[in-house]
Amino acid sequence: MNFDLDQEQELLTSTAAAFVKRASPPGRIRKLRDDALGYSLDVWRQMAEMGWLGMPFPESAGGLGRSFVDVSLVLEHLGASLVPEPFVPSVLLAGTAVARAGGPAQWQQFLGPMIEGRTTLALAHDERGSRFGAGQISTRAERDGDGWRLHGEKVFVLNGHAADVVVVSARSAAGISLFAVDRGAQGLRTTPVNTIDGRRAALIALDGVRVGPERLLGQDGGARPVLDEVMDVAAAAACAEGVGVARTMLQMTLDHLKTREQFGVKIGSFQALQHRAVDMFIETELARSITIAACIKADDKDPAERRSATSAAKAQLAVSGRFVAYQAIQLHGGIGITEEHDIGLYFKRMQALNTLFGDEDFHNAQFAALAPPP
Amino acid sequence: MDLSFTPDQLAFRADVREWIASALPPPLAAKAALDAPFEMSETMEWHRILYRRGWVAPNWPKEYGGPGFDATRRAILSEELEQAGTPELSPFGVIMVGPLIIQYGTDAQKKRFLPPILSGDEIWCQGYSEPGAGSDLAALQLRAADDGAGHFVLNGQKTWTSYAQYADWIFCLVRTDPKAKKQEGISFLLVDMKTPGVTVKPMNTIGGTPAFCDTFFEDVRVPKENLVGTLNGGWTMAKALLGHERTAIAAIGSSTRAIQKVKRIAAATLKDGKPLLEDPVFRNRLTRLEIRLRSLRMVYYRALASAQLGRAPGPESSLLKICGAEILQQAFELAMEAMGLDSLSWFNPPPVVPPIEQFVPSRYSYLRATTIYGGSNEVQKNIIAKAILGL
Repeated sequence: MNFDLDQEQELLTSTAAAFVKRASPPGRIRKLRDDALGYSLDVWRQMAEMGWLGMPFPESAGGLGRSFVDVSLVLEHLGASLVPEPFVPSVLLAGTAVARAGGPAQWQQFLGPMIEGRTTLALAHDERGSRFGAGQISTRAERDGDGWRLHGEKVFVLNGHAADVVVVSARSAAGISLFAVDRGAQGLRTTPVNTIDGRRAALIALDGVRVGPERLLGQDGGARPVLDEVMDVAAAAACAEGVGVARTMLQMTLDHLKTREQFGVKIGSFQALQHRAVDMFIETELARSITIAACIKADDKDPAERRSATSAAKAQLAVSGRFVAYQAIQLHGGIGITEEHDIGLYFKRMQALNTLFGDEDFHNAQFAALAPPP
Repeated sequence: MDLSFTPDQLAFRADVREWIASALPPPLAAKAALDAPFEMSETMEWHRILYRRGWVAPNWPKEYGGPGFDATRRAILSEELEQAGTPELSPFGVIMVGPLIIQYGTDAQKKRFLPPILSGDEIWCQGYSEPGAGSDLAALQLRAADDGAGHFVLNGQKTWTSYAQYADWIFCLVRTDPKAKKQEGISFLLVDMKTPGVTVKPMNTIGGTPAFCDTFFEDVRVPKENLVGTLNGGWTMAKALLGHERTAIAAIGSSTRAIQKVKRIAAATLKDGKPLLEDPVFRNRLTRLEIRLRSLRMVYYRALASAQLGRAPGPESSLLKICGAEILQQAFELAMEAMGLDSLSWFNPPPVVPPIEQFVPSRYSYLRATTIYGGSNEVQKNIIAKAILGL
């Protein structure tokens, strides 16, 4: 066992910390709130220049073949500074789907430009009735000559309002399949929506969207294992970001306790508040520790190992993250409720992360289903 | 980063597991299977078996009779012992006073005291708390006056002196300078329990099991060579000892075993005609606890990996005690809930309740102690707030 970062990882961490500080301080999300895109393509290109957008993909697909642990080091800093660029939707959701399901021509067509920062991607999977599950979708892919026509509705598609290419999950006669669809395709209608964490997403209606055979990613009906892996990776990613969010909230709260005065003393001198801060510290460390395990296991070849580790971490993040977020607001007092203070931005991001890719009950059930009989 | 154990470490774990299965005497194994409380004589029997194997004091340096294990092997051994439900050895000799004598004792003290601690020929207990000195330990009053003729004369009382009724020796924090600032007038003294003037009054715990005692000292004469460290230097040693105690207290193996027990009880208990274990509400709560333990296990592994590299305990290790204590309590709380009306049963033999449930209510009750002993969770939080969070 070893939990030390190697030299390359140390460098990655310090680069990420410096980058988010310069390019995307936490208050930036407030300025972007009324922007139709909600992030900056220029910052996206800078992320590409640092090699981040190709990190998890094999070299054969134009990527750097870095481990998920490496990716998680970047994610923690993206979380800590509330960076709104679509790293998770584009690189880890849609990108992983294309990398795992697609072939070399599709890697070149869809991943290549994204890795260079020229395009962004999205994964359109969740539906009103699907409630986090990979298998519960009703979007249809109906045979149409050598291709298919897609019918259905996807909800809260992250980066769905802006992605150049949308990876759509749909049920064909053979089972669940993935298709890479241009956002401008005829019959595809996106309705941009605002999310609690100050970002954009989209509702996507598919009204007989025609896709050719070259747009099918992998086997017809063979997408389930890919989607399972994407969901596990996404859960681990939310944990890594969430740890960054929790860590920052704890630090902001400690700073507040050490400066705010009432009754003529720093409020951090009160034992009731000290113990609350210690509880926040404990929850942060629990989430951080199990997230490390999930990130190590996110690359595991055994799907059950991977899922058990990532579900455990995601469920723990829900418990710990919620606690830290609530207490951070509480200990900031009235100022914590105002829109002008950053702590509320973190609170809402944590809430979004806890819901995205499966909430606590969902992951508890998924974890329990994999447990051996007593 | 690497989460796996080395092949050597895995082989060691397998060896330990196999050895425990063969070395635990059948009557003890039968009790272990039920988590029945062990008699002191049984605990000491197991102590001697571990001693003969060379594993009784994994935290001692090799020159004093330790097995020379690194941090990971120590952790594997203790995890396996806990998970197998073997008698929990009394910590006062091997875990507490032994390492302190090794660190601060004279050669004569080492020669006199360490071998019988190791072999189990002498049983120790701890004289720290007093009626007026619990969390505020430095308020202790047990007076040790210099008689000018080579002895301290002790007068006063210690409390929560667990296993004093079986002990041959007690290590005490005593007040040697009543005029000094309270932390500065304390010394660390070893006292023979057979000395005239020492009386022990045992008490049962709320688990219905013997453990606690009040120990009274009336003109107890203790030779000066039983002072460990410097006169009035006891507080430093008290703190060092609490450091030793805290790292071993995450109870990961015990909690793992307890959660397994909850599952077995819930699998055998029906609710609406189906196993309670399959009830989504109950299962969700159990899973939450299981995942919390898994999180704590990772905190523990991080601390372990750091110790393996010879580093001082990092901030993460401080929460092991707080969380470990709570999780063990919560596991038994769930066991009680799973038992339903059976949880009313107090030591009744089967068939009143199934054997696996028989001792749960006792254990559940006693385990309220985990958040109190070894420095209460509230005191631990005071320490973290100050030392780690800078509040």
